[in-house]
Amino acid sequence: MSHLLEVNHLQTHFKTPDGILRAVNGVSFTVDAGETLAIVGESGSGKSVTSMSILGLVSDPGKVVGGEILFEGKNLLRLTKKEYRNMRGKAISVIFQEPMTSLNPIFTVGFQISEVLRTHYKLNRKAAKQRAIEMLDTVGIANAEKVYARYPHQLSGGMRQRVMIAIALVCQPKLLIADEPTTALDVTIQAQILELIQKLAKEQNTGVILITHDLGVVAEMADKVAVMYGGEIVEHASVEQIFHRPSHPYTQGLLASLPKIHEDEQRLYSLPGTVPNLLESSEGCTFAPRCKFASEACLQSKPRLALQGEQHWVSCLKAEEVRG
Amino acid sequence: MGQYLVRMLLQVVPVMFLISIIVFVLVHVTGDPVNLMLPETATEEDREILRAALGLDQPLYQQYFVYIKNVLQGDFGNSFHYGEPALPLVLERLPATFELAAVAMLIGIVIAVPCGMISAVKRNTVLDVIISFLSVIGKAMPNFWMGIMLILLFSVSLGLFPVSGRGGVEHIVLPAFTIGIGLAAQMTRLIRSNMLEILSQDYIRTARSKGLREVLVVGRHAFRNGLIPVVTIMSLQFTSLIGGTLVTETVFAWPGLGQLLVTSVNMRDMAVVQAAVFIIALVVIVCNMLTDVVYRYLDPRIKYN
Repeated sequence: MSHLLEVNHLQTHFKTPDGILRAVNGVSFTVDAGETLAIVGESGSGKSVTSMSILGLVSDPGKVVGGEILFEGKNLLRLTKKEYRNMRGKAISVIFQEPMTSLNPIFTVGFQISEVLRTHYKLNRKAAKQRAIEMLDTVGIANAEKVYARYPHQLSGGMRQRVMIAIALVCQPKLLIADEPTTALDVTIQAQILELIQKLAKEQNTGVILITHDLGVVAEMADKVAVMYGGEIVEHASVEQIFHRPSHPYTQGLLASLPKIHEDEQRLYSLPGTVPNLLESSEGCTFAPRCKFASEACLQSKPRLALQGEQHWVSCLKAEEVRG
Repeated sequence: MGQYLVRMLLQVVPVMFLISIIVFVLVHVTGDPVNLMLPETATEEDREILRAALGLDQPLYQQYFVYIKNVLQGDFGNSFHYGEPALPLVLERLPATFELAAVAMLIGIVIAVPCGMISAVKRNTVLDVIISFLSVIGKAMPNFWMGIMLILLFSVSLGLFPVSGRGGVEHIVLPAFTIGIGLAAQMTRLIRSNMLEILSQDYIRTARSKGLREVLVVGRHAFRNGLIPVVTIMSLQFTSLIGGTLVTETVFAWPGLGQLLVTSVNMRDMAVVQAAVFIIALVVIVCNMLTDVVYRYLDPRIKYN
């Protein structure tokens, strides 16, 4: 069976005055209908650029320079601008991190939802309004009819993110990209928003790419996890395997940095060093300079993603040693 | 909205009152009109008689009270120079000034809005460089020089437009372009930088992610947001045009307010100066109020209270 989304060796580079920045460097993964893939990593690991690449919205000076993005078997990179545009918001849609700034301040919430419907389905004003109000209701906004006429600044952060979800899901997309959808929200609201995304995705059998650096969110939502580091996927496995048998030292580091409620630790663990400079292409493993397992070999040859157990891919020369 | 307008109108009264005091004092401390009105051979006695006749021998505050009492009845006094009531003299000039300012503004907008938008959307392309280059030149050319050059080219050499004066449509073309080109240059740069900022906003990314055509992303989602600061500049420019198109008015012998104001200041024609400043102040206040109303229309985040 072919996957809903199949990304193969995606490369997105940015031309900068200092050289070429390899923000996404040969990333591959798949997402099936109704499945949630979490892409995890630090800031600057290439998570968001990956999602923007799928949407075809990488902005200058960035460019997808290699690989393929197969959506229902069709390579998106070969689409014309118009074909791509017709996919966005309809077959593939996105929820961004910042509900405060992601809605246009000068248009009503209702207008911004019905705009999608009118763009893709050529609905008339009245029908679009009807559908938009239903959608506001679906995302759990009380008084949907009233909120339809409100401006974004009149709503709370949580409400705005619900509106963003309404915009993203109103055309019942097959793939939803949620780019840190709860990072900017209060903790109490976070859980509600995640539940909402999960519920609607299940109902519509939508494939979800969840981009996050919050492993708590991952445990809650994901079926599969791809851990990104320095523009590459370093470990890719089911959520159980990632949490129970992390096989890449970076994944282990991420898990070790989580605060644990039962242990009486004074200090949180933190990974030494910083994210790699993506302008320099290194010979060896990008994580080696921060890795406590690193040997001479790690600095000299680049590891490739290799199967370490059932559907468990790790790109580490010492995966077995790491897993222990 | 209605309540807002009433409140604004209530603010106008004290502002106008203050302005009347400031102008009155300034005009009276800058010189004695009697010296200019009488021939050099006049004796000190003659001067005293004229001063008394004009009420200028009274203490300043008493003169002010007489003045403000008359103003409230619409009487700004008589022009020393023209020997006519000052207010009609000023009001007579107002349409010419308005006409010039409005047409110049329109030319500015019609050039600047598309140029600024194209420049921003196609930033760092040849088109952007050309537009930026032209707007630097447009901004750098002083009005008096531009006016003379336009006259030389279009009136003297090509004979397309009259050299000076006010009359039909053909009369306004050159003076309006003289001012309009400078305005366009300035606004183009402003619109460009505003649009660039707006185009990098998150909601523009959202609009693109919805599958909107780029024309709509720029024309609908970016343009109206980019317009807000432009309205500010346009309003400021317009109000300064009302009192300040003197250079252009002089070059083209355009019978506007600026010309009248400056000659009246030179002649210590107090009544006319006071009436002119009063009217200009009123126009500025009304323009600012209208700007406020436009803001509210453009940006729902601004409330009426």
